[in-house]
Amino acid sequence: MARRREKLPPDRSKALVAMTVNGERVEAPFEPHKTMLEVLREDLALTGTKHGCELGECGTCAVLLDGKPVLSCLVLGLECEGRSVETVEGMAGPEGLHPLQKAFADLGAAQCGYCTPGFLLTAKALLEENPRPTLPEIRQALAGNLCRCTGYVKIFEAVELAAAWLRGEAAEPRKESLYGYDFDESGLLPSHPGPVGAVLAAAREAAVDEGGDKPRPYRAKAR
Amino acid sequence: MMRLPRFRYFAPTSVKEALRIRAGEGESAAFVAGGTDLYPNMKRRQQTPKTVIGLSRIPSLARLRAGADGLRIGSAVPLSEIENHRKARRLFPALVHAVSEISTPPLRNMGTLGGNVLLDTRCNYYDQNYEWRQAIDFCMKKDGTVCWVAPGSPKCLAVQSADSVPILIALRARAVLASPGGEREIPLEELYANDGIRYLTKRPDELLTEIRIPPPDGWTASYRKLRRRGAFDFPVLAVGAAVRREGDRVAESRILLGAVASAPVRASRAEAVLAGRPLDGASIREASEAAAVVSRPMDNTDFSFLWRKEMTGQWVGMALGDLSRGG
Repeated sequence: MARRREKLPPDRSKALVAMTVNGERVEAPFEPHKTMLEVLREDLALTGTKHGCELGECGTCAVLLDGKPVLSCLVLGLECEGRSVETVEGMAGPEGLHPLQKAFADLGAAQCGYCTPGFLLTAKALLEENPRPTLPEIRQALAGNLCRCTGYVKIFEAVELAAAWLRGEAAEPRKESLYGYDFDESGLLPSHPGPVGAVLAAAREAAVDEGGDKPRPYRAKAR
Repeated sequence: MMRLPRFRYFAPTSVKEALRIRAGEGESAAFVAGGTDLYPNMKRRQQTPKTVIGLSRIPSLARLRAGADGLRIGSAVPLSEIENHRKARRLFPALVHAVSEISTPPLRNMGTLGGNVLLDTRCNYYDQNYEWRQAIDFCMKKDGTVCWVAPGSPKCLAVQSADSVPILIALRARAVLASPGGEREIPLEELYANDGIRYLTKRPDELLTEIRIPPPDGWTASYRKLRRRGAFDFPVLAVGAAVRREGDRVAESRILLGAVASAPVRASRAEAVLAGRPLDGASIREASEAAAVVSRPMDNTDFSFLWRKEMTGQWVGMALGDLSRGG
């Protein structure tokens, strides 16, 4: 049975945009008015990046664009052409969780967890620039991320702990893990596992199936 | 999801090309640099341009230079770059402080100085989504005819809320506007009009390309901002103050108030009070009282407007106090 599509707007043509996502070169087809948040979640199946206010007032959609924290709800996908995007899915490596992720888990710095991806990436950018941040520097760097559960104290402590680990110091968590189990061994990693290439191959075919034009390659210059 | 409306997108690589595209697309086109003001407005359907012209691929707009003629900041320079610019920090610490008070760190990686200078005026009845505005009937700034702040008002009372503007004007900054007809440079204060809808004197076909700040030449400056939280919030009262002293006496001063009208307000009487006097308790108190007289905040931002008016004197006093200690 044919799918109902009477509500679809007239122009559904997509652009094919080359960018690097979590170190993987991808060519993603998406509609030109989409924000990077929509592209990540809907076209690349990377749902680790959360949508909150969608107006730049909460910080949960933060990703790293060329290494700097930005809010993906206010960046056009097209504006990421040729650039490097890192999401929370890119933080854990083959050797396991990123020290920040482990510290957040160990210290209970995530409660409902909705703000966590934004905090992790913003903190990662901070520690790459400043391996030994003071508490005021941590607070300042994370001032654009809202958390409505933790009261922030555990988050700041987790960033301090991860910073020590990343400097190679054998720092111990100040408190016992509130989770009661080891996240490294749980296998509970956020969002989908493998590269996004396979997701995109399917999306390219689907775009044509749905009656849209074949996605055209997009290059950042005027027509 | 609160999605952007559909639009055509262009990413020109030169000012000339951007102006050419604008000329071709006409009134329904909008320039965008960081997008942190325009895109939320588009999501709330406060602005619905048919064409969006991105400025982030134009190298000349992303240039920040310090030289003998002062500081030249391209309109698409991200705010965080100004914060981290060594010479800007040394020459204009008050400007860098004001910039570092804008919104939040991720938004300062995106937002630009040009975007802040041209920031849309703000109002509790305007900065709402479409359904909210529809529910109480639209206001005159978008889709309606009445001003909900003061229903008898013939003009829109939305508030000039840019952190950078009062301090830039205090620092005697100038704006460079490019159009197909050529370029013009104006004192920054001439860019603004006290009307919440037509709050800029910039013609729609003009593109703000650069902000120029002359060398300090003996001027010192201070910026003070009132808001509820230490991050995120726009100012609900802002003071940019600069003085040039001869000996221990004030030779010239510039005191600007932000977020108390639809345009930045110059407190000329307060400046006159300071002329020829040392910056001490008595002169600062008199100048603060004179500044509070011209502050007429409306009931359309955070906090009570009466309290914001009352605080104007305090905040001007704090800014001048900074100068009496630091200058």
